[in-house]
Parts: sequence; C-alpha cells; structure tokens
Amino acid sequence: MCLAIPGKIIDIVHGTPTLGTVEVVGVRRKVDLGLLQDDMPVPGDWVLIHVGFAMSKISEADALDQMRMLAVLGEAEQAMQEVEGYGFEDPGLEGPKPGPGLEDLRTKPN
Amino acid sequence: MVRFRDPQIEMAHGAGGKASRKLVEGLFVPILSGALPQSLTDAAQVQINGAPMAITTDSFVVKPLRFPGGSIGELAVNGTMNDLAVSGAVGKALVTTFVLEEGLPTAVLEAEVRAMAEAAARAGVSIVGGDTKVVEHGKADKMYISTTGVGEMLSGVRIDAMSVRVGDKVILSGPIGDHGITILLARGDLDFEADLRSDTRCILPLVKALAKEAAPGIRWMRDPTRGGVATSLNELAHDCGLSITIFEEQLPVRDEVRGACELLGLDPLHIANEGQFLAVVAGEYADAAMNALTLAEGGDGARIIGEVREQPASAVLVTTKYGGSRIIDMLVGDPLPRIC
Amino acid sequence: MRFVDEFRDPEIITKTAEEVRRLADPAKHYRLMEVCGGHTHAIYRFGLKDILPANIELIHGPGCPVCVLPMGRIDDGLAVAQEPNVIFAAFGDMMRVPGTQGSPLEHKARGIDVRIVYSPSDALKLARNNPEKHVMFFAIGFETTGPSTALTLMRARAEGIQNFSVFCNHVTIIPAIRAILDSPDMRLDAFIGPGHVSTVIGCRPYEWIAVNEGKPIVVSGFEPLDMLQSIVMILRQMRAGESKVENQYKRVVPWEGNRAALRAMAEVFELRPYFEWRGLGFISQSALRIRDEYAQWDTEQRFHVPGIRVTDPRAAQCGEVLKGVLKPAQCKLFGRECTPEHPIGALMVSTEGSCAAYHSYEHRKNLLTSIQTAA
Repeated sequence: MCLAIPGKIIDIVHGTPTLGTVEVVGVRRKVDLGLLQDDMPVPGDWVLIHVGFAMSKISEADALDQMRMLAVLGEAEQAMQEVEGYGFEDPGLEGPKPGPGLEDLRTKPN
Repeated sequence: MVRFRDPQIEMAHGAGGKASRKLVEGLFVPILSGALPQSLTDAAQVQINGAPMAITTDSFVVKPLRFPGGSIGELAVNGTMNDLAVSGAVGKALVTTFVLEEGLPTAVLEAEVRAMAEAAARAGVSIVGGDTKVVEHGKADKMYISTTGVGEMLSGVRIDAMSVRVGDKVILSGPIGDHGITILLARGDLDFEADLRSDTRCILPLVKALAKEAAPGIRWMRDPTRGGVATSLNELAHDCGLSITIFEEQLPVRDEVRGACELLGLDPLHIANEGQFLAVVAGEYADAAMNALTLAEGGDGARIIGEVREQPASAVLVTTKYGGSRIIDMLVGDPLPRIC
Repeated sequence: MRFVDEFRDPEIITKTAEEVRRLADPAKHYRLMEVCGGHTHAIYRFGLKDILPANIELIHGPGCPVCVLPMGRIDDGLAVAQEPNVIFAAFGDMMRVPGTQGSPLEHKARGIDVRIVYSPSDALKLARNNPEKHVMFFAIGFETTGPSTALTLMRARAEGIQNFSVFCNHVTIIPAIRAILDSPDMRLDAFIGPGHVSTVIGCRPYEWIAVNEGKPIVVSGFEPLDMLQSIVMILRQMRAGESKVENQYKRVVPWEGNRAALRAMAEVFELRPYFEWRGLGFISQSALRIRDEYAQWDTEQRFHVPGIRVTDPRAAQCGEVLKGVLKPAQCKLFGRECTPEHPIGALMVSTEGSCAAYHSYEHRKNLLTSIQTAA
C-alpha cells in the first residue's frame, strides 16, 4: 500500500540535523529524518524512504542473511529430509544446521 | 462519426497516451479526414505531381524552456525532423510559428531562435518561413513553438504497421526515459536532483545508417515521445493485430532514470524520449540493422529489445528471464508520481 | 548492495519458485491474502503468478488507501477546494479518483487550484511559499504514511504556519484485516503481511491472527524474491501445522516497529470512533483524526465540510472484490463500463487497486489463456 524505496544517506544538511540528502541510484533528494530520531542515521547508512521521509534503517547484515538463506534454499530442506525421512516437523528446528543465515531468519518474538 | 464523448479537454488529451489517441481517432480524424486510416503515423505521405513526400507538424509547450541537454528551440527542430525520419523521410524544409506571451524578454526568444538555427544546421534542414503571434500576459506560458516540415522519402524504405510479421525483431536506438525524467526534475517541484540530460537529438543520421544496410527489412519505425515506448508499441500492436513481446532485461535504462522511476512509482516504458526511435525489422535483417546502428555515431546504445509474436494479439507483453510476464498498456493520461 | 537488484536475480527467483512448487501439496488449494496493495502491484508488475503453481491463489486485500476511501470523502475534500484562495494538494495517486462531480484532475481542468505533491512536507512548503493562500493537504494512507503527516503537522505548529491544514483520511490496517476475517464468505489460509506498514507498527499487532485465528502471517518485502520467500515461509508453517507471525522483511522491519513514528502519530492523531470504508462499510476505531490540540491545522475543524455520503454505483462490486470474494474480472462492470480511463470504482484507479492492476497487466493475458483452453 505504500511505495517505499531504499536510499543511501550521503550527507546531513548542515544546521538541520533532521534533514539528510539521500541517493537512490543516482537520484538525490532531501529527506526528513525526523522519524528516525531514536536512532539517527549517519552518512553511509541505508534508509527506507516513503513520501520524503526516512521510515527505517536498512540492515545490510539482514539482507545478506536473506541472500545466504535463499542460496541454500531447498538444499537445506532436502538434506534434512534425507536425515529425517519425509516428516512434517518444521525443518531446521532440530537436525544439522543447514547453513548460515537460516537460524537468524527464524522468528524471535523478543 | 464523432465518437469522442469526454465533456472537456484535460491535460491527458495532450499527453500522448490513450486519451490523446481517443481524441485524434474520435474527433479529429472523423471530421477532418473522413475514414480512419489503417494506422496513424508520425507524418503523412502526399504526392504532388507524382512526387511522393512526407509532411508533418508538431507543437512544443515544454516547461521549463531550458533544461539540461536542450531547450524548446532545439526540440522544435529535432521533434519534427524525427517525425519525418521515422516515417522514412529526410526533412528538407521547416516552417515555424511562435506564440509568445506579452512581456517575454527578448533575450529568451533570441536564445531559442539561435537554438533552432543551430539544431537546423546540425540536422541539415532549412527553416524557410514562419509566423509570430503575441498573446496577452498570462494567456500563454512564455512561449510556444510549432514547426511543420516537409521531407523527401528515403528510397527503398516503406513504413507500414500492416507489413509487420511474426518473428520480426524490435530494435530500440538507446536508453529510454532520459528526456521525460530530465523535464520532471527540471521543473523542481519534486526537489529531486540527478546528473541527467535530455536525449534530444536529430535521429535522421541513425535512420539513414539503418536504411543503408537494412532498408528492405524495415517494416515500421516510431519515435517514442510522449507516452514512451509502451505507448508506441501498443499503437503498433493495435495496428498490426500481433503481439509485441519485450525482454525486460534487454531494455536500456540509465540508473538515474531507474532511480527516479522507482521513487515516483513510474514505469520507464511510459516516459517520454526525444532522441530515440523504435524500429521493427525482419528477422533476417536484424544483424545487419544492429551492426549499422551500433557502428553509427550515437547508435552504440541500440539493442534488440523484443520481437513480434502471434499472441497475446494486439498487446504488448513484457517478459522476464525468470518467466514472469505482464501486459503493458498505453499510458493513461500524464505519468503521475504515486506513493502507493 | 543496492537492496533492489539483488532481490530480482532471475536465477535465485527461479530456484525459489521451484522451492514453492516443491512445498505446495498438489492435492491442496492455498488461498493466501496479500494485505497490501503494494504487494498486489508487485505480483502483477513482476508477473509472479506465471511462476507460481496454479493451486496457490493470491487474494488481493484491502491495503490500498485510495481504493478504500469512500467517494463522499473525495467530494468533501473537493468542496473545500472550491472555497476562495484554497490550494488542494494531494499525492498523484488521488488525482484520477472520481468524486461525484469528477476527479481532482477534472476539477483542476475547471480552474480549481490542484497540486500534486510527493511529500506532505512539500504541501507545507507550498503553504510557506503562498502565504496569501490556504493549502489543504488531502492526506491518505495507512500507518506507513500517517507518521509523515503527523511530523509535518508538528513542524507546521512549531513554525506557526497558519495557512495550512490537513484533511485527514488516514486509516489503520488491523481493523480492516479483522473485518475481512469476520466476513462470513471469506475463507483464507494465510496472510502475506504488509511490509511497509510494519516498519511503523512492527510485527506484534498481527499476533492475534496467528494465535486466535490460527492463520500464518509472514511480513513481507516487495521484491520478487521477498514475496516468493514469504510464500515459502507460509508453506513451511502450513506443512508443519503451525501458525505464527514471521518477519521475512527483517532488513527493513524491526519486530517492535518504529517508536518515534508511533509517538508522532500519537501526538497528533486520535482514533475516530468509526470510519466508513469503501466496500467494507463502517468499521469502528479504524481511522485517525486530528487531535483538538492541532484543531487549527485540521481542515475538518477549520472549514465547513459538507459530510457527503455517496453510495457506490449499485452495479459496481468493489466491496466484493476488495474483500477478495470476487476476482476483478468477475465484477459486472469490469473492462466494460469501468476501465482505467473511465474508472467507476476506486479499485480501477490506483495502480495498486486490484482491478487496475489486473486490467493493465493480466487481463488480456488471461483472455489469451481462455481462448487457448477453449481451442
């Protein structure tokens, strides 16, 4: 319902700390950083931009985890099935650790 | 029969997309020319004493008048030359009309007239006549320019949507969206900045290079101005009754255009170009055509972006490497930035 | 990393789609609702249906702010726009949405001062630059957009800008999901959760869906790989007989949401006791209004707003489509009276509206399939 795009903070406007210049593949715009005041981004950080406001910081570590997770997709599950037989347990709860990233992708409610 | 039923004229009717086509087909053509021609082209072909020639006209109302990469004067020459070129004609003479707003600084006018002279010299065309009207302050936005051009037909080139066949290749001369996004950013309302320039240029040299090597294979050409590549190709699909299938990964789009489109929720396929053209060539001429274009100056960005297929009939389909596909329609009205 | 291209890699997409096919039990039919219109748009934009098995049915949900806005609110906004010296500012999305007397763009053609803005802060800038005019920002959106409007109002107050007001149509997603689940003719297996709303509200507010309703919900990003991975995660939950809230979009969505954004919303807005949704009717506590402390910047308190109520054209079945009971093409008006050029229902206007998306991207492809099947 909301178009939001990742962009990289390239500088913070001098004298207006809640305003930053963000670059999205070669396009720059001043973006309001006021909604990230609890954890202000610094130049080099990536943020999600919606209607001219930065909504959240983007975590490269989580993105890389996702890519690693996708890279081992299927293989992990197949390996699991070989170990466990065709069961309906949630794969990865027990059994060998299929690869980096999977662990982190599991929901941690707290 | 007049089929145009919209109660008033809106910006969309001039945006080059669906609404424009409805206005032309539903009001202008039935009243002015009677029967609908099989396909509407960028320039009309007429015969005077047996000599075939092409004639076309175009008006320019761009805001701002000057923008990175060009200006209204340059557009006014290139736009008409390009309409002739994609109709298979070499522009020979232009006449022009200026509609000027009372109070326009002379320096602004002079700069545009000079820009026209330079563009005409580059394009190899003469500006042989003109007319000037001045309207009251506030009744026009600084200046409008209209140009009308006549051209001589390139030998051996025949542009006809009905000649397009399954298996033909769709060639695009270079990256898309530069002009439309440059103008959008130059207006300043969006506060976006990018190192981007309009692609305005006369494409005649490229069309000539293409014709030299592949004239018998050229079926159709169009310069995808307002409404973008999607609108031009939809008009073709509609006229020839076949499917134009585009390979998404082959579409040349600059980073800055992509970035602006992502931010604004626009599709580069709907964004205007002023220095590119689309050509459909017979499959056996595709290599020759690509060689000719990529060796010509300014043609190194040319790509085969798609091909003509049977289905889905009368539609433009965009396909991806991973097997997803979507129909892309003509632009409805102006491209509006969206947040949803 | 650019956080876009990586998630459109054709090879990994193909592989992930294979995993979806492997996990989907061919004997079952899966009905997954993507709550967010952004997902609807992405599904069509990337042609994801082409690579999903036929027994995974994606149902388009209510998360399109333009689509759920009743026509009367547009009429109300445009009524204020006709007062002298008022500038009507709105996102491009609103511009073609029909009111009873035409869309904002049609009003512009008649001389009303209508401006397209990219950001609420651009509307405030318009007010600063046009001190002799009153700028009314026609605000729409779910919790993703609400905080930006709130912060803009806070800035307007701090700067003492008097010639600015917001016509607030902000809505909240959870009551809409509840309304969908309460609908008797609706059967859903799981939800693809709205990624960008969740950057603000976090993942906790969905727990009742998993716990009380027993439906898996995976908060998802908007790239093809995000959506495919979310479907993989849903299928894994279903295979394991589980229902929980999972966060596929971890790189962007913190589990707890964005507290500063929630604080800004709480400062400026309060819940309306009820609000009318197009197609869903009145839903209690489902929308936001501007608090009395900000009354000066509230269009509804500052101007006379007629409070127009318009029933949708009876033949239009927007409600059923919005709830996922009908497919767009099953509506009697689809593609005939109601088209993107002449929309009757709002679902045909927004590119996120399932009808517009379906009409633009899928409609003729499906005609083709049906012709081939018949042949």
